[in-house]
Amino acid sequence: MSTTTTLAPVLSMTGVSKRFGAVQALKDIDFDVAAGEVVALVGDNGAGKSTLVKTIAGVYSPDGGRIVFDGSPVTITSPSQAQALGIATVFQDLALCDNLDVVGNLFLGNEVLRKRALDEVTMEQESWRLLRELSAKIPSVRIPVASLSGGQRQTVAIARSLLGAPKVVMLDEPTAALGVAQTAEVLNLVERLREKGLGVILISHNMSDVMAVADRVAVLRLGLNNGVFRVADTNSQEIIAAITGATTNAVTARAARRAPQEEQS
Amino acid sequence: MTTSQTPPSTDPTGAGPVPSDLQDERLIASQGIGGWASATWDRVRSGDLGSLPVVVGLVLIWGVFYALNPLFLSSRNLVNLTVQMVPIGVIAIGVVLVLLLGQIDLSVGSMSGLAGAVVAVLFVNQGLNIWVAIAAALVVGVATGLVYGMLFNRFGVPSFVITLAGLLVLLGLQIRTLGTDGTINLPFESGLVQFASQQFLPAALAYVLAVAVPAVYLLTRLNTDRRRSAAGLSAQPLATVALRAGLLTVLLLAATYVLNRDRGVSYMVVLFVVLVVVMDLVIRRTRWGRSVLAIGGNVEAARRAGINVKRVYLTVFTLCSTFAALGGVLAAGRLASANQSSGGADTNLNAIAAAVIGGTSLFGGRGSAYSALLGILVIFSISNGLALLSVSSDVRFVVTGAVLLLAVVIDSLSRRSRVAHGRA
Repeated sequence: MSTTTTLAPVLSMTGVSKRFGAVQALKDIDFDVAAGEVVALVGDNGAGKSTLVKTIAGVYSPDGGRIVFDGSPVTITSPSQAQALGIATVFQDLALCDNLDVVGNLFLGNEVLRKRALDEVTMEQESWRLLRELSAKIPSVRIPVASLSGGQRQTVAIARSLLGAPKVVMLDEPTAALGVAQTAEVLNLVERLREKGLGVILISHNMSDVMAVADRVAVLRLGLNNGVFRVADTNSQEIIAAITGATTNAVTARAARRAPQEEQS
Repeated sequence: MTTSQTPPSTDPTGAGPVPSDLQDERLIASQGIGGWASATWDRVRSGDLGSLPVVVGLVLIWGVFYALNPLFLSSRNLVNLTVQMVPIGVIAIGVVLVLLLGQIDLSVGSMSGLAGAVVAVLFVNQGLNIWVAIAAALVVGVATGLVYGMLFNRFGVPSFVITLAGLLVLLGLQIRTLGTDGTINLPFESGLVQFASQQFLPAALAYVLAVAVPAVYLLTRLNTDRRRSAAGLSAQPLATVALRAGLLTVLLLAATYVLNRDRGVSYMVVLFVVLVVVMDLVIRRTRWGRSVLAIGGNVEAARRAGINVKRVYLTVFTLCSTFAALGGVLAAGRLASANQSSGGADTNLNAIAAAVIGGTSLFGGRGSAYSALLGILVIFSISNGLALLSVSSDVRFVVTGAVLLLAVVIDSLSRRSRVAHGRA
């Protein structure tokens, strides 16, 4: 597994800031993800996760800071530009058309044409290739997406994001509202993305999911970096403390001050 | 997913590799004609009714009217029926398109009336060439649709309100265009009137078409199946394809035979059927059609997929108004006149009702161009049958209204059932 920090990051942000009116949503954020690495982005509500994700996805443009993608500095001004660069985003609401079948959803907006008509045969073949590659268990690609389970829908949404051959995939709470088995399915999928050499950014509130698949965990708190942890060297307690700010409040600060004093006395 | 990672790669009979779309062990195998029939039955039971209710309804309606007055199924009356239904049927094609988007156009009736008035005034009063007059009417339709689309895209006003306002504006324009005359008669020998009421396919040509169309269908399907097999996907069994083509041939030959005993198949009917088939192909087989269905299913998903949603709205509203204008032109041709009540009364509701009765959902994203054909057949069978029984128009309105209500109820119920069976 490529968890070594020697790898050059495929996406790296330094000193990124974003403010909405009087609210400083992001302040001097540093964040990076390497190819073949899963970085979990965690933080409480209002910590700035969504703002950071939308900045990467091109929905918001940052007020300041530097974004380097694949070795060259970029400014991402629109979602389509982010996609063209190779940043795919799977938003929480998935955005699938329930009335279309799996093939229709996978290729929506990128249909394969043959003599100006939709080439259903090639698209279906390609769908199976893609789904097999992800070892996804979809019984048929010719059934409406409405009849799929939550995990299968998530699979379709992730498979669709891979069609444009991206370098970075962002998953916004992919396991929210999923059952135990379906969560495991999606986590397998995340690992398969890593094996394919993609940089994966995983936004999640679920600490066990984060500990299960992530290589590193970046914590945001109140719009600021609040630590980056290597999963191998940390535990949930430490991360939760960073998320909630338990290590930075008056009580812990005092406890920390007193500890060395007590040792001296 | 974690229990078994290896799909069965060979099928039990050992006859070769299983097509890649049939490898999942959860799929219920359905082979041959029996399998196709049982799969169809399962789909119907779960609420994916397609055009089944309307076909059943049509058979019932024809049975009842035949029992009440055998003249109903006479060749003469059926030829009348096919010719009567075309103008509003053409309008209904456009209505199907806006319904697929989950929108509505309430002004198709007035639009058709205005188009008829434009043709009559330009051709009769101004003495222009008939084709120029028709083109002008169609341009008015295009312009109206563009205005609707722009208003919808720019201000986000519900299409319901925009087209309700349009209904009144177009009605005013229609009355203004006709001026003090009120009624303008088109000369009987003009090309439009001849086309709409007098010209029929030669009997032999009609038979040739009745065989050629299923043959083309068969060849296309076989070609698709060949490509699917080559791509390692499952192909439909030959027997099923042949059965469908055979049924289509029998149906077309029977219809041709019955119609040919009287005047035959009108050119206008051929035009209508061609428009329906072309629109069906456009909806199912083009990128634009796929966008229309996607927007009807989930606008936000379509937008995020990079579809130019506004352009699709604009084109659909434009096409709908243009089809309405074409319907108005054909109506003027069939009746050889345009007057202040053209496109009034029940034109609007018949066109919308036809699309809904034919099986296009009011909720968007579900339906087909064929629903215009099937729905208009139902509506005109009822009105034609009741007219044969000398029933007054009050009863006709009530019956048509009841049928529309029934169709909408079936739409809602089947939608609920689809949700319950996971096919929504």
